Amino acid sequence: MSLLFVEQVLNGLQLGVMLFLLAAGLTLIFGIMGIINLAHGSLYMVGAYAGSIAASATGSFLLAVPAGLAAAAVTGLAIEYLVIRKLYDRDHLDQVLATYGLVLLFNESISLIVGRQPLFVGVPPALSGSIEILPGMTFSVYRLTIIVAGLVIAAGLYALIQRTRLGMLIRAGATNRDMVRALGVDIKLLYTLVFGLGALLAGFAGVMAGPLLSVQVGMGEQILIMTFVVVVVGGVGSIRGALFGAIVVGLVDTLLRAFLPQLVRGLLADPSEADQLSAGLASMGVYVLMAIVLLWRPQGLFPARS
Amino acid sequence: MKRRTFLTVAGAGAATLAAPSLLRAQSAVRIGLITTLSGPGGYIGADIRDAFNLAVEMEGGKLGGVPVQVVVEDDGFRPGQGKTVAERMLRNDGIKLLTGIVFSNILGATLPDILDADAIYVSPNASPSNFAGKECHKNFYSIAWQNDTLHESAGQVAKELGHKRAFILAPNYQAGQDALAGFKRMFGGTIVGEQYTRLDQTDYAAEMAAIRAANPDVVFQFHPGGLGIAFLRQYAQAGLIGRVPMVVAAPSLDHTTLKAVGDVADGLWVSSHWNVDFDNAANKKFMAGFTQKHNRTPTYYASQSYDTALAIAAALQQTKGDIKPENFRTAMVKADFASVRGAFKFGPNQHPIQDWYALKAGKSASGEMQIVTQRKVLTAHGDIYAPQCKL
Repeated sequence: MSLLFVEQVLNGLQLGVMLFLLAAGLTLIFGIMGIINLAHGSLYMVGAYAGSIAASATGSFLLAVPAGLAAAAVTGLAIEYLVIRKLYDRDHLDQVLATYGLVLLFNESISLIVGRQPLFVGVPPALSGSIEILPGMTFSVYRLTIIVAGLVIAAGLYALIQRTRLGMLIRAGATNRDMVRALGVDIKLLYTLVFGLGALLAGFAGVMAGPLLSVQVGMGEQILIMTFVVVVVGGVGSIRGALFGAIVVGLVDTLLRAFLPQLVRGLLADPSEADQLSAGLASMGVYVLMAIVLLWRPQGLFPARS
Repeated sequence: MKRRTFLTVAGAGAATLAAPSLLRAQSAVRIGLITTLSGPGGYIGADIRDAFNLAVEMEGGKLGGVPVQVVVEDDGFRPGQGKTVAERMLRNDGIKLLTGIVFSNILGATLPDILDADAIYVSPNASPSNFAGKECHKNFYSIAWQNDTLHESAGQVAKELGHKRAFILAPNYQAGQDALAGFKRMFGGTIVGEQYTRLDQTDYAAEMAAIRAANPDVVFQFHPGGLGIAFLRQYAQAGLIGRVPMVVAAPSLDHTTLKAVGDVADGLWVSSHWNVDFDNAANKKFMAGFTQKHNRTPTYYASQSYDTALAIAAALQQTKGDIKPENFRTAMVKADFASVRGAFKFGPNQHPIQDWYALKAGKSASGEMQIVTQRKVLTAHGDIYAPQCKL
């Protein structure tokens, strides 16, 4: 049982890392530019598609990564230049409408260009299979790779935000946008860079998700809601909050799905009824968590703006 | 995104067949085909559309000798849009014969309006329990199956393979709950674990660990489309392929999702009422026509839609193009057509009575993944809701 618990914690960590890659970009865009970007999931989808097309064309997963990153970054920069720029001074409702329009546009475009059939992308042979982490407990090498890559990226982002001039501007922008502008910083360029960075991270998440999930139209919307939960729990505009929030949400969601059924089965006589109830409770779990965090700290756990 | 595709093939050729008594049939019978062409389920709607149109083209723009015009519209994977499209077809276009819907929730929102307008609906796929039992209707025909029987047949396959302890999973929505109930109805063994997943879930790592811990004889899971692709891949990555056999119903592995999972499906058992390799004349004609025209392997959705067109054709031939519900019904319930599945007749609730087969996925001699029919598991199987239907 304890081995199973360790395994499920690792599973939760892996889901958390995936969510972090998406939430990091979303929280920066939301926190610094004040833009609600529903099309963030589309960037994840573009990354996944570009990655799997490159992988099947070249037969190499190593080439899929730069292809997915490049496609997502270019798409992100194009979106920012053509659409998002017009929305900085508009209210959130306009942003939601415009970016939702982008979601529909991307979904239909992918249908037209690539087709409606889901794509296949295999796990790279070097990373397929499982390793024995503890005696009697095996874990998928690929999932472990995702965890490591995600944590490395988190460390890299931390260094970027805390140790570089660009990071300082990003932090300043998240705290007080008008002051940064008043000091003569080219805020437009900063916004474009931040948006590109967010797109890059979403694209990377998409490439990594390819071999695990189904690469198909609409895959971005599935994970976007969960990503918004992470952003709200962690606190808008904070990378540290995004990491912490993502890990907590990933763990809560996975552990509830893993252990709630047995718990509820112990309490109720009818197993079928128990399973229904635990399924309902498990899927509510992260939203209940969000509500609790919001009641306790309305700004999220690590708000960027004090 | 409103797309209207008109397939008008009532050409000048029809005029040469003019006979005085058939004046009404001269104006083509319009058939409204509402299906899902956007979103993750878009490939299903494309198969339904293409197979229906194939049957019409094979007859040179006619069904049963009657000129028809197929009006295709996308429901956008949204119940509300399906309803709107149906209303427009019924009111503005005067369409009285409809088909095409993929998903039960969209059918649930759309069908009442169609039936209230005294129009006919012939289902090529969605057939939930409520329209098979007490609420069955004389103008609703299902050509596909009753939803439960998909999973009953999977339960039968698991039982016949000699499995005693099953771990079963499905998404937590109506169809998922029906699936698990249907499987259990026929399986009869012990259920060592029953887990409901989320419809927006993409990661099944927790479920994989739970399956490994429970160590069952067999896993049955119902995850259609992309969910199924993700589930199967992660099942393989968790090292469960080859350790715990899996039985699924047709929706969890069709010929499109098979392509997307690759070798992972090797050795998987599928229960179905149809397969590409069925050895009958109707199926051979369908397979040759479809693969030649579209250059892809049809899914079972396509086979059902093609059968739908054939069933409508047989009825139109008898009524000489009359689609007044009572006259159409007299002809339709005879099911006087050669189905690509072989044996097919309607039960008292106008849902199919048909045979079910065990299929197995594996590699062909050329290394391609394919699904091969193994044996029949249920003969002339109807559904449990039929007795509640009083037509």
